[in-house]
Amino acid sequence: MDRIDRDLLEKVADLHKVPVGSFNIRKNGEVLARNSTKEIEIIPKENKSGINIKIKSGVKNKSVHIPVLLTLGGFKDLVYNDFYVGDNCDVTIIAGCGIHNNTCKDSQHDGIHSFHIGKNSKVKYIEKHYGSGDGEGKKILNPITKIFMKEGSQVFFESLQIEGVSSTIRKTYVKLSDNCLLNIKENILTTDSQYAKTFFKVELLGENSKCEVVSHSVAKGNSIQEFVSNVIGKNKSFGHVECDGILLDDARVISLPKIDAKSKEASLVHEAAIGKIAGEQVVKLMTLGLTEEEAQQMIIKGFLNF
Amino acid sequence: MLEIKNLSYSVDENGVKKEILKNINLSFSDDKLYVITGNNGSGKSTLLKIIMGIEKQNEGDVLYNKKSLTNMSITERAKEGVSIAFQKPVTFKGLKVKDLLDITAGKSHNLSAMCEILSKVGLCAKDYIDRELDERLSGGEIKRIELAMALSRNAKISLFDEPEAGIDLWSFDNLTQIFSNNKNKINIVVSHQKQILSIADEIILLKNGEVVCKGEKGKVLPLLDGNGCGRLRGEQNG
Ligand SMILES: Nc1ncnc2c1ncn2[C@@H]1O[C@H](COP(=O)(O)OP(=O)(O)OP(=O)(O)O)[C@@H](O)[C@H]1O
Ligand SMILES: [Mg+2]
Repeated sequence: MDRIDRDLLEKVADLHKVPVGSFNIRKNGEVLARNSTKEIEIIPKENKSGINIKIKSGVKNKSVHIPVLLTLGGFKDLVYNDFYVGDNCDVTIIAGCGIHNNTCKDSQHDGIHSFHIGKNSKVKYIEKHYGSGDGEGKKILNPITKIFMKEGSQVFFESLQIEGVSSTIRKTYVKLSDNCLLNIKENILTTDSQYAKTFFKVELLGENSKCEVVSHSVAKGNSIQEFVSNVIGKNKSFGHVECDGILLDDARVISLPKIDAKSKEASLVHEAAIGKIAGEQVVKLMTLGLTEEEAQQMIIKGFLNF
Repeated sequence: MLEIKNLSYSVDENGVKKEILKNINLSFSDDKLYVITGNNGSGKSTLLKIIMGIEKQNEGDVLYNKKSLTNMSITERAKEGVSIAFQKPVTFKGLKVKDLLDITAGKSHNLSAMCEILSKVGLCAKDYIDRELDERLSGGEIKRIELAMALSRNAKISLFDEPEAGIDLWSFDNLTQIFSNNKNKINIVVSHQKQILSIADEIILLKNGEVVCKGEKGKVLPLLDGNGCGRLRGEQNG
């Protein structure tokens, strides 16, 4: 591991060294380091690129790190990771991808993830995306995430795009059974001429299933972000989608939240607000002694929770 | 000493000049608690905002210890020691109470320091510091936190705009202590409340953007309408 690898790892997985427990660090399409434990097994796929992660029933307070690093220009990485989480687990999964591209050729990582969450399990899934390097080559990330939730399970999904990603299209599909809880927090920063599109489809199939999707985006420069969500309530269920965007410079944020209560018992709400940074917030922080610039930075930092 | 000299403020409303403050002359000396009262719309909040630099007067000057604040930005005035607690506090998505308290003090607080500040406004620090200062807090909680931020700045000129609105004053240990415990400091409170007026050293009454009456509490209080506090005795509403 060199300095760039370490920097990327720290940014996307908060790792300063090789983690304890189960992990799989992938670099430029190959395994850099892996550790499988009895509780959380990591098994390479035979027919295609990727791993199966099997978490035994009853595993609690454990985490697994599966960061991906890409440091070659012109490299396109496609990986399939499937998670099988047993019943009654309480685990944290830290994924994330860092691309360093100093060349004029595009680098791309597409992570296709599926999660099969057992009954009454609680999973926290954190995914951070980051790009660095000043080559002309783009840093592209197009993840697809499919989550299947069994009765009583809970998923807390945090998706962060910190900076430096030229283009991303991320798609997330979730199906919830009875008494499931899904909480998605997405925070995306785009600058310059970057483009980010996120798409969520959430199907509230089970009785008393509940989902909350909160997207906070900050768009600077000429960047464009699109937020598309589709929450479908097919049972007595509750869904709340919130999309808030802060615009700076000439950037745009487009929000298309769709809610569809197929069951009369479903209660679905969406809220969207896009606009400049609130002037009164800047003024308030200035009355506390910050400069206008410092105030803006503070507001954005808090809003994105970085 | 804070002085306001020949200050006027007007806005342009659809091409018509609307005078909001007219030729205000006031001086505030250190160690004293001033309470500004007056009808709704009489210009109280506007006057505080002008002192803080949030609004700019069209004419006149604001001086602190003979130094003009008029051309200073909000930030510069804050650094000079002016602070304000808003009538309608601002909320933030994503910023926590502790983040804001850290800014007010210019350093990060430990829990016991935060306890000290928040207990002054009747809140228990551990219940609040990790909460975001957003609309999920109740109106009274937001108002109390606004007050706590102002108090923790340890400012030389503290401006409080209706600090008691929406909160139960009796839950505060010692009102006087909150607004006038600092020596060598100027405290200016905008209020309609009798309790607050009763702890003032001096009272200023505004009406339609003009100072109609000012002076020691003992002199001004008897002139005020006992119920409204916002107008002189015997005066009709509006
Ligand atoms: N930017 C503006 N444009 C138009 N009118 C304004 C503006 N700012 C203030 N005003 C008007 O100036 C008057 C004074 O407002 P201000 O908020 O200072 O009153 P106040 O004395 O604080 O009232 P209250 O007791 O209701 O808080 C009001 O009539 C208000 O509508
Ligand atoms: Mg007011």
